[in-house]
Formats: sequence, C-alpha cells, structure tokens
Amino acid sequence: MAIEWKKYNYPEFYDELIDQKGKPRKVAAKLAKHFETLETEELDKLKNAAELSIKEMGITFTVYDHEGGSIDRQWPFDIIPRVTSKSEWDIVAAGLKQRVRALNMFIDDIYHEQKIVKDKVFPGELLTKSKNFRKQCMGISPPLGVWAHICGSDLVRHDDGQIYVLEDNLRVPSGVSYMLENRQVMKRVFADLFGDFSIMPVDDYASQLFDTLAALSPRPAEYPQVVVLTPGIYNSAYFEHSYLAQQMGCELVEGSDLVVGEDDCVYMKTIYGLDRVDVIYRRIDDLFLDPEVFHPDSVLGVPGIMRAWLKGNVALANAPGAGVADDKVVYGHVPDMIKYYLSEEIILPNVPTYMCMREKDLQYVLEHMEELVIKPANESGGYGMLIGPRSTKKERDTFAKLIREDPRNYIAQPTLNLSTVPTLFDGNAEPRHVDMRPFILSSDQIHVTMGGLTRVALVKGSLVVNSSQGGGSKDTWIIDEEA
Amino acid sequence: MLSRVAGNIYWMARYLERAEDLARLINVNANLALDLPKGLSPIWGQLVAITGAEGYAEEFNERSVLKFLISDKKNQVSIMSSMAFARENARTIRDVIPREIWETINTTYLYSKDQAQQALTKRGRYPFLQEIITQCQTITGTLSGTMNHDAGYTFLKLGRLLERADMTTRIIDTRSANLIPDATTSAATYDNLQWMSVLKSLTGYQMYRREMQLAIKREDVLRFLLQSKVFPRAVAYCLNEVESGLDALPNNERTLLAVHRVKRQLDHMEYRKLKQEELQNSMDHLQVGFANIHSELSVAYFGEDATTQSQTQVAG
Repeated sequence: MAIEWKKYNYPEFYDELIDQKGKPRKVAAKLAKHFETLETEELDKLKNAAELSIKEMGITFTVYDHEGGSIDRQWPFDIIPRVTSKSEWDIVAAGLKQRVRALNMFIDDIYHEQKIVKDKVFPGELLTKSKNFRKQCMGISPPLGVWAHICGSDLVRHDDGQIYVLEDNLRVPSGVSYMLENRQVMKRVFADLFGDFSIMPVDDYASQLFDTLAALSPRPAEYPQVVVLTPGIYNSAYFEHSYLAQQMGCELVEGSDLVVGEDDCVYMKTIYGLDRVDVIYRRIDDLFLDPEVFHPDSVLGVPGIMRAWLKGNVALANAPGAGVADDKVVYGHVPDMIKYYLSEEIILPNVPTYMCMREKDLQYVLEHMEELVIKPANESGGYGMLIGPRSTKKERDTFAKLIREDPRNYIAQPTLNLSTVPTLFDGNAEPRHVDMRPFILSSDQIHVTMGGLTRVALVKGSLVVNSSQGGGSKDTWIIDEEA
Repeated sequence: MLSRVAGNIYWMARYLERAEDLARLINVNANLALDLPKGLSPIWGQLVAITGAEGYAEEFNERSVLKFLISDKKNQVSIMSSMAFARENARTIRDVIPREIWETINTTYLYSKDQAQQALTKRGRYPFLQEIITQCQTITGTLSGTMNHDAGYTFLKLGRLLERADMTTRIIDTRSANLIPDATTSAATYDNLQWMSVLKSLTGYQMYRREMQLAIKREDVLRFLLQSKVFPRAVAYCLNEVESGLDALPNNERTLLAVHRVKRQLDHMEYRKLKQEELQNSMDHLQVGFANIHSELSVAYFGEDATTQSQTQVAG
C-alpha cells in the first residue's frame, strides 16, 4: 500500500503540498508523485534511515527537566519536506529584509534620539516598561549601526493562503543548525530525488554568518578573531553553538575562557597564553553577559565585557539591548516603523494584533477570549500562552486577571489556522500544522536563508510546534521552477 | 587553542584508549581461561586490581568482574563509563574534532550502552569487545587521517600515549604473578602461557616474535614491553612519542623534565635481577612518573592548579 493523495485527509486548512481537491500543488507535483510510488515498507525504510542518520550525527536538543545522565534527546524529524516555489520565496525574502532593516533602525533610534517617540509614532511609555530595554546602551553606536545581526522571524500561513510574520526573535534565535542538518539527512536518505529538482542550497549559511560577524571587527585584520560564546553543554541549544563554531572554524568559548584585560580588550585563554578576541557571537542572554553590569551572580558571563563593548574594543552579536524590538508589544508597531523609517509599505504582513495596553483593545480581548490567542510580551518557547478555542473557563478567568494586572505585558491575536504539510504516520500521510523560521543576517549586507527551519506539531490538531513541547521538524525546499 | 579545549581533547583520547585497553584486557583473560586446565582458572579479581579500582569488596567471579569492567556505570573505569566520558568530552569540543569522529564516538557509545547486556554472555562477549576495539581503532585512524596535525592533535596524542603507557605497566604489574593461583605448583608451561597472554592482551605477540626472535621468556617479554622503541604499546615508545609531541608545544620545559625522569628510570631497570616484588615496585614508580607528567601538562596547558585537577574533566 502506498500513499494516495486523493484519500489525503484534507481538513479546512491550507495545505502546502496538496490542494483542496487532493491534487498536488504545481511546485510539489513531482515530489508528491514520487511518494505515491513508494510502498509502505520502502517508506518505513527511509524513515528508519533518516532516524538512524539523526542518531549517528548526534543531532540533539536538550531538555531541562530530564533526570541526570543523558540529557540529549533526538528531535523528531519527518521525511516529507515542505515545498515552496522560489518565486513566492523571493517576495517573502524581500519582506524579511525590509522588516529587519526597519527593526535595526528602530533599535538604533531608541538608543539615540528616540525620534520615533518624539514624532508620536511609537508610545514612549512602552520603553520604560520593557524588560528588554537596556538603559546602559543609550548613546552607543555599534559598528555599521546594526544591532540585530542575526534575526529569526517566525512565519505562518493562514487559511487565506497569505504568509504572516508571527514574531521576530532578535536576542539569541536558535534553530538554524537543525535547518542545515535536516538538509544533510535528506541528502543522505533521498540522494536519488535531489537530481530531479532545483532545490536551492542552504549550505552557505555558515560562511555568510562568518562574513557577517567578521565585518564587525574593531581591528582591521584579514582574519579577525571571531568566537562563539556558549553557556555550556547544559544549554538546550548547545548542539547548535558547537555546530556553528565548527562550521565557521571559530573557537567555541565559555565565559570562563575569556578575560577582559586592563586595556579593556577581551582575551581568550589559550595554550599559548592570552589571545585578543574581536567579535563575539554570543549565545547568552543580555542579563547573563556581564556580572559587573547585569546579574552579579552570573557565572556564564565575562566580567568587564560590557566595558570592552562600550569602548568599541570588541563587537557583540547581537548587540546588547537589541532585544528591545523582540517583544510582542513592539511587534504590533512594525508596520508603522517600516512606514516611518523606510517610507515603504509593508511587504510581509503582521498578524492583526490587539494590544491590551490600549483600553479599546483590552475591552475587545476580554470579551473575545475564546476566539483569541493571548500571549505575554516577553516569553518564548510557547510558554505562558492561552489558546482561546482550547481553553477552559477556569484558565480564561485566571488569564483575565493576569491581563488586568499588567495589560502592557499582553497581546492577543486571532487564532490562526496554520497551514499543514503531509506528515508520515505508519506509512500514511496525515496533515500536521507547521510554521517556519527563516534567518536574516545583517551587517554590511543582508542575507536571508533559502527557506528556513520548518517546525511541525506532531500531535494531531495541535498548533504548538516547539521542540520542547512535542514538535518535530522537516526539511524545507525552495524550488526554482524556472531552472 | 583554548586551554579548556586542549584539556578536553586530551581526556577524550585518554578515555578512548582506556576503553580499548580494557576491552583487550578482558578479551585475553577470557582466552587464557579457556586454555588453562580444569581447576586452574585465572583470578578474575586481578583484572579489577589492574584498573586501580578500590574498595570493591564483592566476591569476584567471572560474571561479576565482567559486569564491573564492562557495564558498571558506578565504576569510573568500566568500558561504558570510559565511552560515556569520552563522549562527554567530545561533545564539549564538537567544534574542534571532525564530525565523522563525533559520529563514530557517539555510535560507539550508543553501541556500548545498548549491547552491554549481550557482552556479559559467553557468546556475546567476544563480538562486543572486538567491536569496541575496532571502533576505537577506527577513531584513532580517522583522527590521524582527517584532523589537522596541530596543537590539538598533539594533545590527543599525549592523552592516548600516557594512558597506553600507564595501562601497559598495570598489565605487567598484576599479570606478572598473580593471574594463576599458587604459581609454584602449576607447571612451567602455564607460566609461559601466561606471559604469552600478557603479550596478546597488548596485541604484541606477533610483534614480539618479529622483534625479539626469542621464545617467550619473562625477562625478554618485560624488556620488549618496557624498552622497545618500535612497539607502539611499549612504554619507551610511548614516552619517546610524548617527548616529540611536547617539542612542538610552547612552555614545555617542566613537562619535558618529568618525561626525562621517567625515561631514566626505565633505562636503569635490570630485568633479570628484578624479583617479583621489585618489579611491582618499579611499575608503581613508573605510574607515579606518568602522573607527574600529567600534572605538569595540566598546569602548563589546561589552566589547572596542580591541586584542583579532576580525573574526569567532564563528569558524565
């Protein structure tokens, strides 16, 4: 028995591969046909081969609440890729570039003259309450005026067929290593398929990342010393930190490997003695970066590193304070920012967002809790949200109380019907909801990844795609149909 | 190269070598058991003593010793613990070692974890141990063939060589007398058999024949295992390689001194005259010498105080 797309259980959502009549979409036609020719046993074999590859490659993520010993878990991977045409992707990429340019101008403005506040386009009181606004950064001009060098924006497609930006991650976005590794796994397992398509490669990410970082170096050198700063092996994204360091040929350092000298420069401890560091791709949150400035008891950070950064002796990516724009309340203002700074219309739309700080919106949210998704402004990983249609009366009451206590901290959005992609279960393809996180690199140039990390909610009907909560991932193919 | 990373590479190599040597040791002891006449069985407890594990008071029989040395997670020098520590160290330096190496170490670790029960059966033992040895050799070979032979590779070699030299002296130490109970009453043939098993546990039998062209005799075997400059598991060979590795590193004076001290000790040994007890003392001295080399390395390169170093670097 093989997959029959005619029998594909098509629900009322938009499916990325199969249209409402059970016909494969044009861009996915060849792929869909290929899967139809595979018998159940063959599918099982391919699935097992992919799982084995993942196990052997040691592609893992870490869960916090695991009992001692092994703390790594393999991340479930589905072998049916998500497919998008390059012509559609080009528009998305243009939208992402536009967005990140505006966000960087916004952050730079916020830490300098705050023109956008003076011109009453952005409410200033949002800053004073923002958890991610760093007053220590006022007046700082990081190299090239760029604050968010690596941005991961979450995209979803609604049942209207439109792709929306759900949020922008500007602090330490993760997931890119899984995007790269998923492609490796697919190449190992589906070597025969790759010849039939023009699948846009993703492999150049690491070298683009290195160039992005190297361009920030305070010392004009041909080979600036770039390092990746990790909190260590117990961090959930440690795999990715080491992966990126390896791919870029950089040192992977922990806080204890670095010292700040009396000259306010950053050095790493090597077997040859101290060696000056130019650029730090830090995967540690702002607040743990420097115990002299932020959390005094942080052992992950490097005492004095902020001093070195403020003096311009070392570049930090992303810059401390960049997270001010990584906030679900600020998100609501991105369309205004694009108009304000770029005099352009937004290419890639925001999800309509109700801000509880506005009296009118608050009223609407409280009256329509059952239809909305309500999110705290500063949580990530899908924690602390209320999904209205699936909530109980008790949960809604608790949330209403939380919102009234701190309206600034909550936003609400209509429940989006996330698009689906066929996902393999026991030799059968079933629709499962997905999102996608592309990565945008900015310094002297802006690069957008070809596609991104597609995350899939493996539980039937679930909309939660986070790895820590039962999500898996898929490879993402951007196909050039003209090639 | 970061000091911490140098330490991790060094320990990774030590643990890999340890896993391999343990597998060799068990393998050959098991073979010896098959050759000995009924009623005469090698004392399995000696295997535990070789690893330096202390305070393990349980009565030793074949099965309990195998379990202890292969799959006991509480025993820090079991094959499984060694693989787990090797993997943890490798995990912290995934950015430095070639990805194939990480994949092989990871696979071998998973294998040792999944198959450990199998290894406790008489039939499953040999394939298990052989697989561990082969995988460790594969890792060593792949590293040699794919990793830059830079400072990192030097630390890898240093870790492997010191562990290997140490293990060779431990094997000599305990094997020289006590493997067969009540040696005076057993026939002399079994004495030779026993020295042959010492050689075999180091895959040294064939090389001994080629190099020494002598029958198996205690003093010749000892000379071969301690002083050969061509047999890669001989102590002198390991120390020479350690020395040449150190030559490429900065700030090496004190470590080199420690190496020279052990080499002198080795040169002055007279095997013919060494009685059993003296031999054991000499081996203990060599082991203290290796520990000194290790301390000097830790202070010079791994950023550790001589007093605070831990044996595991990254505890699993």
